[in-house]
Amino acid sequence: MSLVIAWINRAVWFGTVIMFGSTGEIITERSGNLNLGVPGLMFLGGFSGFAGAYYYENSTQHPSAVLSVLIALLCAFLTAMLGGLLYSILTVTLRANQNVTGLALSIFGSGVANFFGVQVLNGGTSVKASFANTVFTAKIPGLSAAGVFGDIFFSYGFMVYVAIIVALLVNHFIYHTHFGLNLRAVGENPATADAAGIDVTKYKYLATCIGAGITGLGGVYYVLDYGYGTWSTANSIEALGWLAVALVIFATWKPRNIIWGAYVFGLFYWLYNYLPNIMGFTLPNYAVQLIQTVPYVVTILVLIFISMKKKKDSQGPAALGLAYFREER
Amino acid sequence: MSTEAEKKSSEAAKVPFVRIAKRTALPIWKSWGIRLLSVLLALIISALFIFSVTGLDPIAVYVVMWDGTFKSSYSFITTLRDTAMLLCISVALAPAFRMKFWNIGAEGQVLAGGLCTALVMIYLGNLLPQWLLLPLMFVSAVAGGALWAFIPAWFKARWNTNETLFTLMMNYVAINIVDCLTNIWRGAKSSMGNINASTQAGWFPLIFGYRFTLNIIIVAVLSVGMYMYLRFTKHGYEIAVIGESENTAKYIGINVRKVVVRTMLLSGAICGIAGFITVAGKNMTISSGTAEGFGFTAIIVAWLAKFNPGYMALISFLLIFLQKGATQIASSYAALNDYASSIVTGIILFCILGSEFFVNYSLIFRGKHQKGGEKA
Repeated sequence: MSLVIAWINRAVWFGTVIMFGSTGEIITERSGNLNLGVPGLMFLGGFSGFAGAYYYENSTQHPSAVLSVLIALLCAFLTAMLGGLLYSILTVTLRANQNVTGLALSIFGSGVANFFGVQVLNGGTSVKASFANTVFTAKIPGLSAAGVFGDIFFSYGFMVYVAIIVALLVNHFIYHTHFGLNLRAVGENPATADAAGIDVTKYKYLATCIGAGITGLGGVYYVLDYGYGTWSTANSIEALGWLAVALVIFATWKPRNIIWGAYVFGLFYWLYNYLPNIMGFTLPNYAVQLIQTVPYVVTILVLIFISMKKKKDSQGPAALGLAYFREER
Repeated sequence: MSTEAEKKSSEAAKVPFVRIAKRTALPIWKSWGIRLLSVLLALIISALFIFSVTGLDPIAVYVVMWDGTFKSSYSFITTLRDTAMLLCISVALAPAFRMKFWNIGAEGQVLAGGLCTALVMIYLGNLLPQWLLLPLMFVSAVAGGALWAFIPAWFKARWNTNETLFTLMMNYVAINIVDCLTNIWRGAKSSMGNINASTQAGWFPLIFGYRFTLNIIIVAVLSVGMYMYLRFTKHGYEIAVIGESENTAKYIGINVRKVVVRTMLLSGAICGIAGFITVAGKNMTISSGTAEGFGFTAIIVAWLAKFNPGYMALISFLLIFLQKGATQIASSYAALNDYASSIVTGIILFCILGSEFFVNYSLIFRGKHQKGGEKA
């Protein structure tokens, strides 16, 4: 039983990282921008959030929990947002190709994070922001002690709940607000949206920048909670970034599906570590990697399935990946 | 008098401050001038970055960077070797991109080719003579790469499944399969070591003292071949028509599905060859990092070069030159590290990507047509 709980906990931690990533990417993709820079953005957010928290707690004798969280989140959000802004300038204003720009952003983002990361490491292999780590992993006092129920639902740091709230808010925004409707219109058919008086450029910019910021929060959660508050150059942010892109498809571009989808991905990803023990057999070493392929294979199957069904509702935005130039109609 | 001025100013207000017009054609020297300027701009930005972060003299850093490629004949030829690898993948992607089929899966296709090569080397290396082994490795690598490209292509042709995301996911399936198999092969050891280290079965022969000389030759042949294929054959023409307009292609009777699948088979096959030459001519082993992320960089190279293998060679060389240079400066300056190459590469890519806008469009500022006078 305790193994099952440990597995669920691990899946939730893992899921939270990609939940932020995917929620941000959904906002971006809803505006028709397919930003393949997610790994880069998570790198940027993760590193700057970590660096902010690390330098803050090393600069004062008595760091405050609220400030530590605020600094980490703000640094992560703003830095990733700058990445999104760069992407928007290139693809929306300068009309560069989206796929190519996104991939360049991935290279650039991981480069920037690791370059400055090495400077922070200062010759070591890893550094730890211990105070920020304790703040980010602090559980809810009363509820987390409530037996199995508490273990499954309340033994997490606050960011786990923030991720769910953000996903729900984004879902509400996209489907139940006027601006969300406009955003969807821009992603489906920018020419029509433009004719209806929607400022396509503004929506694309805002959606991409805010989406990038939220994606960056996934990075900071990765470093300060999932990664035990340590920064090292050997981390798996990049793999998780691509999984976040996969999750967007798996969730058929709906934020509400992301909430459970992220945990399902987490369960699959960590299956190798827990299921054999639970079932009472040992898994050969090499099978680990095969099992970690499952989320990608499932995503491919979902992709095939939605293209076969041709159901309008579960397709991606119609103008996804296509640039919109008003004068080229 | 005042009404007239008001009228004039309101007219001026209706004209946007700057508007964008598509250029019809730009002389070649001008368009390449713009691109060259963008690279210069990128180098200046990178220099500012290096200076502001480390306080080092950027010029001195660039000189050291130059050494990364031109210090010795060995460093130069390894630069050529890596350029060939990146160029090979870019050449593979060119026909697919020309068709507007977003093959983001080169990394996986290279690995699939490399894995098939390694499989043949390991299981048949001691059974077959070298003259039979090498062609068999080649054929299996081509088959592996082509298969990895065929799967998304078929679904794209049949059900219009999104190929960008499909091929992207296929990369990670390939990476994990390679990880799994290398795990089996290495057993308890920490790394696989060279395949057939004692017999050297399946290794490329030494030409001018290097095994990878053959890599460079193969890629040179492929590049010329691809140039001719895209430019002078019926297939190349069909690819170009589909890329410009799928409806036109259908209208003039091109079987779009067939061309999509055929082109992707070709694209994947050449990626497979890239895997083959890397495993048999450079690494002599395989790991999930064999493709070195070149599968992604090549996407950018192919796109920026407008599918022209000549330009692809230039851009590949530039990027590898930067990478070698960054490694060189990382070992020379304590304040810099290897990752500086990703940053400089990123800056250059962003600048070139941005410069395409100024090649394709011209900015027309307000007031350029009506001369002076109206200061509203």
